[in-house]
Amino acid sequence: MSIMGAINPVLTAGLDGDKSWRLQDYMARGGYAMLKKVLAEQIPAETIVAAIKASVLRGRGGAGFPTGLKWSFMPHSLSGDKYIVCNTDEGEPGTFKDRDLIHYNPHAVIEGMAIGAYAIGANRGYNYIHGEIWELYKRFEEALDEARNAGFIGQSILGSDFSFELFAHHGYGAYICGEETALLESIEGKKGQPRFKPPFPASFGLYGRPTTVNNTETLASIPFIMQMGGEAFLNLGKPNNGGTKLFSVSGHVNRPGNYELPMGTPFATLMEMCGGMRGGRKLKAVIPGGSSSPVVPAETIMKCTLDYDSISKAGSMLGSGAVIVMDETVCMVKALEQLSRFYHEESCGQCTPCREGTGWLYDIVHRIEAGEGRAGDLEILLRISENIAGRTVCALGDAAAMPVESFVRHFRDEFMYHIEHKTCLVPKEAQWAGSDFYCAEA
Amino acid sequence: MLEIEINGKKAEVPEGSTIIEAAQLAGVYIPHFCYHRKLSIAASCRMCLVEVEKAAKPLPACATPATNGMRVFTHSALAVKAQKSVMEFLLINHPLDCPICDQGGECQLQDLAVGYGDTKSGFAEKKHVTEGKSAGPLVSMREMSRCIHCTRCVRFGQEIAGVMELGMAYRSTHSEITTFLGRAIESELSGNLVDVCPVGALTSRPFRYLARSWELVGHRSVSPHDSIGANITVQTKAGRVMRVLPRENDEVNECWLTDKDRFSYTALHTEERLTKPMLKQGGKWHEVSWNDALDYVAHGLKDIAANAGSDALAALAAPWATVEELYLLRKLMRGLGTDNVDYRLRRQDFSLDGKYVGASWLGMKIADVRHLDSILIVGSFLRKDHPLLTQRLRHAVQKHHAEINLISVTDDDPKLDLYTRQNVSPAGLPLALAAVVKEVAQIRGVALPELAFVPESEIAKWIAASLLRVKHKAILFGHVAEQVGTAGFLHQLGLKLAELTGATFGFLGEAANSVGGQLLGLGKETNTRQMFANPHQAYLLFGFEPELDCANPAEALTALKGAKMTALFTPFKHAPALEYADALLPLAAFTETSGTYVNIEGRVQSFAGALSPVGEARPGWKILRVLANTLNVPGFAFTGSEEVLHEAWQEAGVSVDAEGFASGLNNNLAVTPALTLPPPEEMPEGALERIADVPIYFTDPTVRRAAPLQETSSAALPDARVCAATLARLGISAGNTVIVRQGAGTARLAVAVDESVPEGCLRVAAGHPLTSALGGMFDPVFVERV
Amino acid sequence: MFTPETLQKFDREIAKYPAEHQCSAVMACLALAQEEIGWLPPEAIEAVAHYLAMPPIAAYEVATFYSMYDLKPVGKYKLTVCTNLPCALSGGVHAATYLKEKLGIGFNETTPDGKFTLVEGECMGSCGYAPVMLVNNRRMCGHMTPTAIDALLEECQS
Repeated sequence: MSIMGAINPVLTAGLDGDKSWRLQDYMARGGYAMLKKVLAEQIPAETIVAAIKASVLRGRGGAGFPTGLKWSFMPHSLSGDKYIVCNTDEGEPGTFKDRDLIHYNPHAVIEGMAIGAYAIGANRGYNYIHGEIWELYKRFEEALDEARNAGFIGQSILGSDFSFELFAHHGYGAYICGEETALLESIEGKKGQPRFKPPFPASFGLYGRPTTVNNTETLASIPFIMQMGGEAFLNLGKPNNGGTKLFSVSGHVNRPGNYELPMGTPFATLMEMCGGMRGGRKLKAVIPGGSSSPVVPAETIMKCTLDYDSISKAGSMLGSGAVIVMDETVCMVKALEQLSRFYHEESCGQCTPCREGTGWLYDIVHRIEAGEGRAGDLEILLRISENIAGRTVCALGDAAAMPVESFVRHFRDEFMYHIEHKTCLVPKEAQWAGSDFYCAEA
Repeated sequence: MLEIEINGKKAEVPEGSTIIEAAQLAGVYIPHFCYHRKLSIAASCRMCLVEVEKAAKPLPACATPATNGMRVFTHSALAVKAQKSVMEFLLINHPLDCPICDQGGECQLQDLAVGYGDTKSGFAEKKHVTEGKSAGPLVSMREMSRCIHCTRCVRFGQEIAGVMELGMAYRSTHSEITTFLGRAIESELSGNLVDVCPVGALTSRPFRYLARSWELVGHRSVSPHDSIGANITVQTKAGRVMRVLPRENDEVNECWLTDKDRFSYTALHTEERLTKPMLKQGGKWHEVSWNDALDYVAHGLKDIAANAGSDALAALAAPWATVEELYLLRKLMRGLGTDNVDYRLRRQDFSLDGKYVGASWLGMKIADVRHLDSILIVGSFLRKDHPLLTQRLRHAVQKHHAEINLISVTDDDPKLDLYTRQNVSPAGLPLALAAVVKEVAQIRGVALPELAFVPESEIAKWIAASLLRVKHKAILFGHVAEQVGTAGFLHQLGLKLAELTGATFGFLGEAANSVGGQLLGLGKETNTRQMFANPHQAYLLFGFEPELDCANPAEALTALKGAKMTALFTPFKHAPALEYADALLPLAAFTETSGTYVNIEGRVQSFAGALSPVGEARPGWKILRVLANTLNVPGFAFTGSEEVLHEAWQEAGVSVDAEGFASGLNNNLAVTPALTLPPPEEMPEGALERIADVPIYFTDPTVRRAAPLQETSSAALPDARVCAATLARLGISAGNTVIVRQGAGTARLAVAVDESVPEGCLRVAAGHPLTSALGGMFDPVFVERV
Repeated sequence: MFTPETLQKFDREIAKYPAEHQCSAVMACLALAQEEIGWLPPEAIEAVAHYLAMPPIAAYEVATFYSMYDLKPVGKYKLTVCTNLPCALSGGVHAATYLKEKLGIGFNETTPDGKFTLVEGECMGSCGYAPVMLVNNRRMCGHMTPTAIDALLEECQS
């Protein structure tokens, strides 16, 4: 499994058995006790929301919006359909934590959704699962069957008057559906094009009804918060950065994978847990919060702790906690080219700055990388980024612009070298050498 | 009301306004592309980004609600920078081919690029090219690289036309507007896409490359093709109509036109136009002078009147003839001593003649249709007969879930979410409507013994409940309800239902001037049916083609063939008329004459000619004036059509109010509605009941000759449509060719299975040469194997 | 045009959504149609649209928007290789190059025997297992070293 390590784990505790995803196993770990308790004691919705607020659980999908606050926006007394939607459309380069939660602990997500539905007054829910992880979609559907058969979801759950139907919706290859309103459009059977906000999903969501969309990890945390209490969860982390969090480490470390750490853990600790740099090479830079967060040079990141505030101070974002580690063999132009191509291909095409701008960015970075850079290209790149950022319907525009700006800012020399010498500092044959692809067997 | 400040100017705007709406009220223009006031908000082009105080980022004015005390800056550094950058993005992949683009000179992108673009761009990469597409005869999609992906066209299809013909496929810069597999765009409103498209991506195919917009001269006019009288601008160049565009009028057609209104002009400058008067002499046709032609007609009329009495003369006019033409035609006939004039060509039942209190009309303003909450529509091919009224109904459904109930004779898709729908044979309409009346009467505790035998129906209960539940409601009759043999009875049922429910009762309207004709009092003394069923010796036929535009072509042709003289006033050389007519008089087309129509809401709309008539064709009112002079009929010294109109209204006792609405509109009858159902017509052994629609592009002589419209699938050849059960009874299989017979008239048609045709019925379209030998539109019909 | 089994699966997907929102099942139905046919011909898109009572162009928008629908025929095995940055750092680009050499084809090409199609994919959300590739949209293979790739190709060949 790729949960490679943890400190004071919550979400990943006790997942070492070979059937950790089974209902029986989850219940043996104390699973569904909180749902039972909530229903048996008819705990008021406000009490649940208050506990989540107290935990300072912040959305784990990347934006870090306080979950309790989000839930409190739902018009609880409004009659008619309301929805809770789980966002397992994990496709931001570097992020692969939710897939492991679904893989090893799907019932935590289901229980979290059921409690969430109860708290916000939803009667129906969907888990939107990334297209490329079909096997995990199947696993989640199996877990749903188990939960349904055991009476944890469905009509009149555990004899209470609370009913909650939950289904899985399988994506089919579109990063943008990780944006919550694009995701809702996608569930509605349309292209995943983000909606203009306001109105927000809490008032106009799925099928035009009040809806809350939460990340998988966020929802999986709910039963545990209920169990230990909001304060205790908060105290696992640091003030304003409650709890533990999954960090997905990819790139040039010896042990890539997911790590559950208390918020505020020093970055250096994580590097140690990852077994240090592959081949003992030197750390060059880290993208700390998924591909759309600004890149941070080695010397800065090594001084950070892993929480929203510290990473933000370093000029980047904790985002989804996807840590992309790059060693000295990485050509930053090539690295940016990969990312720019991604945003260009994944732009939904709806709004002008993103549709046109992401393509333009990629064209230029690609040209520079191919040795056809021209004087003034960097200024144009920065100008395009500036003209995309903050002017688009959704955050994909910002996500495409931020890497460009930060790569050029921190590694301008490398870009200039490309432009002036029409070639890379890293020889072609050595590109991506840090992957050790051809010596992995050894 | 909210108070908002835009560029330092304070403005009061209604609650719920967006910034762009508020700015409009304050007289501030905010550049935009994807925003269109009739469509939903996309907020995707980002051209309308403005600065709002306390907002960190520029906000799209089209989607941001105005709030009290909000301060907006549309020209601040932040706003201008955002607008300029969006313009740069829009242009990087645009081909900039303005010099050869049809949109040049009236292109929003071109205009805004001047105001918000830089003279040069930093873009030095390869432009993305989108392949052109074929999209049918009306809209050209040949230059899709010009598209700026505003998706107005997609939203237009979904929201206004009710048919999603276009979509934006793929994503990122690969996004492209396309039809499914290059299928034709041809909803009856598709031409509006050309207007809705802010750039030159969707252009008018018939207009393609024919003129530059600045060479065109625009003339205000009114469309003659349906009952609403869409306001149009006829654009001409060098004596030709080059294009017809909507003239915005929110009360009538809003900013839309039907494809008929927009593309019918393509019939006007073709070889088919009749450019000289023609006479049949000694069995041969000759082109003659106007003098000779009118002399001939005048002599004919005089002789016949002298020999057989003036009652041997008959005059029939198209219901799209102008008020002036209808008035003068009747004045002429009266001058000759007869009242034999009618314009109701497709009617069969004239039992209410003499009982109308006023002219039959919509019963309300067209613009109020969108406010209705419950509507019962009886006997209508809704979407094809009334595209723009249907669009208003669609709006009512989309915006406030109006409940639309349709009782009709086929299952044609109105592209509307219907609340209930009942599909009956034409003969079954009275019973179906009576069931609703009975249900409502029962709920209201009113005894209606005449309807005691009417079987109850579940659907009638739904309709009754729907009508009784809401405040704004109407009962509206379509073409079928006016054209079946039981039309008079249906009218009485409709009135009763309106009385019981408090709903407005009205008619969707047969043609451009049906209301005008009735206001003038035409048809009071006689009617079309009498004039054809009892052959007359002389016929003046004004502006229509009898075997295509009448309720019973066979009957009409028999009468005409037996007549001593038939004169056809027509804009077109009409080949079949060469057989039965003696004189063809070239009539000006609708763009070539001045005149007046009264639309279905009673709006009196006068228009001037946009250009001189083709060849020697002359405006109808002038031809009638000269003919009257030739006949020495007094009172024809008119110098302009305005004088004719003035006299016509005066004579008919019609006044026109300040807003342009005619007096004398009233759907009530001078008698108490009689609710006793007429005994069902005996069906001859082996006969089927015919259901005749007049397909949208067969409705009048101009439309029938508009080549682009005739290339659409709506103009497909008529076939014989029948449900499988009836077909099995006939022992015929689908695809077979059959002889369809009504009396002596036959048509050879292919058989198609159509489960929406009620049992025992045969759907055969009218208005097409293939079926022009047949009889009554809703009369018994026989099917024989070939 | 679909087998009764596929139609049954359509219905199972439709049942997940409120009755008035059956269009929600369009993604799943298109995927099932593709599974049955091997790719997604226009007729299949239209048939799915028809089944769900939605305009064909709306289904076409969906089919062209999401990258896992194959609008052109593909080989028996479609191998989608992620070359995005995190995967590239751990050999994604190398893995793609290795596959290209082994199969003798480039991206978006199919081997002459119709067996393999190679596609460059975007992030599959499994960067910790890099290099990753996806077989026929369904089976995710991680840690694709040369040996692992050889074994996978071997398995497909037999």
